[in-house]
Amino acid sequence: MMRSDPRTLQLNEQGQLKHFLTLDGLSKDILTEILDRAESFLSMGEQSVKKVPLLRGKTVVNLFFENSTRTRTTFELAAKRLSADVINLNIETSATSKGESLMDTLQNLEAMQSDMFVVRHQDSGAPHFIAEHCSPNVAIINAGDGRHAHPTQAMLDMLTIRRNKGQFEGLKVAIVGDILHSRVARSELHALKTLGVAEVRLVGPKTLVPEYFSELGATICHDLKAGLNDVDVIVMLRLQKERMAGALLPSESEFYRLYGLTEESLSWAKPDAIVMHPGPINRGVEISSEVADGDHSVILSQVTNGIAVRMAVMSMAMSGQVQEQQALAEGEG
Amino acid sequence: MKLRISNGRVIDPSQNLDAVTDLFVEDHRIVAIGDAPLGFEEADEVDASGRWILPGIVDVAVALREPGYTQKGSIASEGRAAVSGGVTTLICPPNTKPIVDTPAVAALIQDKADDAGMANVFPIGAITQGLGGETLSNMVALTDAGCVALSNGRNSYANNRVLSRALEYAATHDLLVVFHPDDRSLSEGGCAHEGVMSTMHGLAGIPETAETIALMRDLLLVEKTGVRAHFARLSCAKSVEMIADAKASGLDVTCDVALHNLLLTDEVLKEFDGQYHVLPPLRSENDRLTLIEGLKAGAINAICSDHQPHEKMAKIAPFAATEPGMANVEVLLPLALRLMDEGDLPLELLLQALTTGPAACFGLEAGSLAVGSFADFIVFDSTVTWTWDASERKSKGRNSGFSGEELTGRVLQTYISGQLVYSLS
Repeated sequence: MMRSDPRTLQLNEQGQLKHFLTLDGLSKDILTEILDRAESFLSMGEQSVKKVPLLRGKTVVNLFFENSTRTRTTFELAAKRLSADVINLNIETSATSKGESLMDTLQNLEAMQSDMFVVRHQDSGAPHFIAEHCSPNVAIINAGDGRHAHPTQAMLDMLTIRRNKGQFEGLKVAIVGDILHSRVARSELHALKTLGVAEVRLVGPKTLVPEYFSELGATICHDLKAGLNDVDVIVMLRLQKERMAGALLPSESEFYRLYGLTEESLSWAKPDAIVMHPGPINRGVEISSEVADGDHSVILSQVTNGIAVRMAVMSMAMSGQVQEQQALAEGEG
Repeated sequence: MKLRISNGRVIDPSQNLDAVTDLFVEDHRIVAIGDAPLGFEEADEVDASGRWILPGIVDVAVALREPGYTQKGSIASEGRAAVSGGVTTLICPPNTKPIVDTPAVAALIQDKADDAGMANVFPIGAITQGLGGETLSNMVALTDAGCVALSNGRNSYANNRVLSRALEYAATHDLLVVFHPDDRSLSEGGCAHEGVMSTMHGLAGIPETAETIALMRDLLLVEKTGVRAHFARLSCAKSVEMIADAKASGLDVTCDVALHNLLLTDEVLKEFDGQYHVLPPLRSENDRLTLIEGLKAGAINAICSDHQPHEKMAKIAPFAATEPGMANVEVLLPLALRLMDEGDLPLELLLQALTTGPAACFGLEAGSLAVGSFADFIVFDSTVTWTWDASERKSKGRNSGFSGEELTGRVLQTYISGQLVYSLS
């Protein structure tokens, strides 16, 4: 019996996005289309009128089961620039804390006849679950699920890399820090491999970099100097404070000493290396202020690129979803 | 009452029998195989031409959910499911509500099972009160009330001292203890085998060491206390080696494996489907193959369904938030037969692991068609292919990773003590 693999669940019959759940399995063509479309929205952001009518009349619900001001805000802005109506729901503080199941919450939202759910959830696979169990004409956009995927963040990072480096071929990329808990790292790994970089290095202690990633095409480095040697792109991940309680690390200061990005450790990378961070940054924990605010840092442009990428993904998924509905309607007619 | 089952292919590993012959039943027992004893001229006859006649299956892990969780299953519903799958004897775990830590609960389960008239039901008693892992239960009273073994399930013991004393006390009275090796401090929060698949899909992993560390500790304590021990639901290749080594060194222990761990691996995680959420988790292909080798080599004694029915909503959630377990008792035999092709496991060995193997682990008089045995047997169509539809299920639980699959082979009739308790309509 065929079940819905998340990698095929998100595509319609023509192979276009109708949801955006994971980068795993998406072709280079689709990733490039997202980047190209985002590029066109970027130039639009510089104009005085920033809106396009691609989602006019559509209702987008930001469904955040886990708090995130930054991601939610950029999704909201992206939806509004596409002329959609936007509702923000912080489920974390409402229904589910009263014991309502995710399924109950979804059925209520379904009755509101929304067109798109932007979902952030603490459980890996939750957006896939919602895509399977929701009314079929709602497009689901994954805004981060557990440790599994954060595909829009990864794509905005790809846009940032392409705008700075021109292409992906031949690039060496280091992702440093808490890989174990990072949905960003997992999605970036898929994107970077698909887009054809030369090498992806995952850097950190064994407690935070599972050995299994080597079977997924990454190079594992436990030493920062070896990890950063000659790289073009450095992605620093946020270190959550609760990792110390889990006995994964002795202290922030020891982590900073071994894996923190400073002017000195930055010098091990290529002279024109760029420094990225999905934010919010912990200064003095994973990155020094000098580097975060320095010439190599592209952290703030990541935020700008994030709006454009989210506009691109939302408009593509909505159009793929609408086409599927039309095809289904014609099939029935 | 006299019954003649004629012309079936009678396969019984307990007596190395595999022949087309006749089986004769009188007063609940098998009285002859082959030639009719005197007085069978007028017996009722079942024509089993072209069918297999097999000993009733002994399943050491069927959760009946009653008392306490009747939204998931009942003694009647799961008993019916069991016999429709050819299971004539089953052992149920102590994690009901209330827990099987008093003779009254053990008696209640057996009384209700008798009323239902389905499979023979043997409960496992809780070895500590409330499965809390701190205070010993009245083990002898539980055994006198019909419990075939004592266990703390997958619940932890408060510490090794309590565990050690529980085993010493059980050993004093020659009671059987069932272990589910799991170091909770390593498995806590995990929902999938720790490996490439769980890493890639961001699911919290359960390392192999959660099982092997607990298993090693348990084996050392079994050796020290001399308690009779059965190890339940092994999932790791290393565990098979450890059990084989223990047996080779003279330790008298037995063990079982859940059928889904023999058929599936963590490869299925890519579907994020909570139907595959089981504990212990589905592990790697190497683990799966080593478990099968363990069966062949005699390290593993029994295959069970690890039947755990759930209400629908228990599985309607993101993977980690679903309740673990599958409900497969109804299709145990056709699924197990896949191991002949997929695991190169001989039929006789497979049937042994479903009948005499588990019966011997728990000292039950079951799983054999030898003359003098209880006439618990099934009539099986080994060639029919059919689809396992939800609508046909007897179990209240529809949860399975095998739903909707095409199966080969089906139980047509089930007899317990010579009485027909199930017939495929």
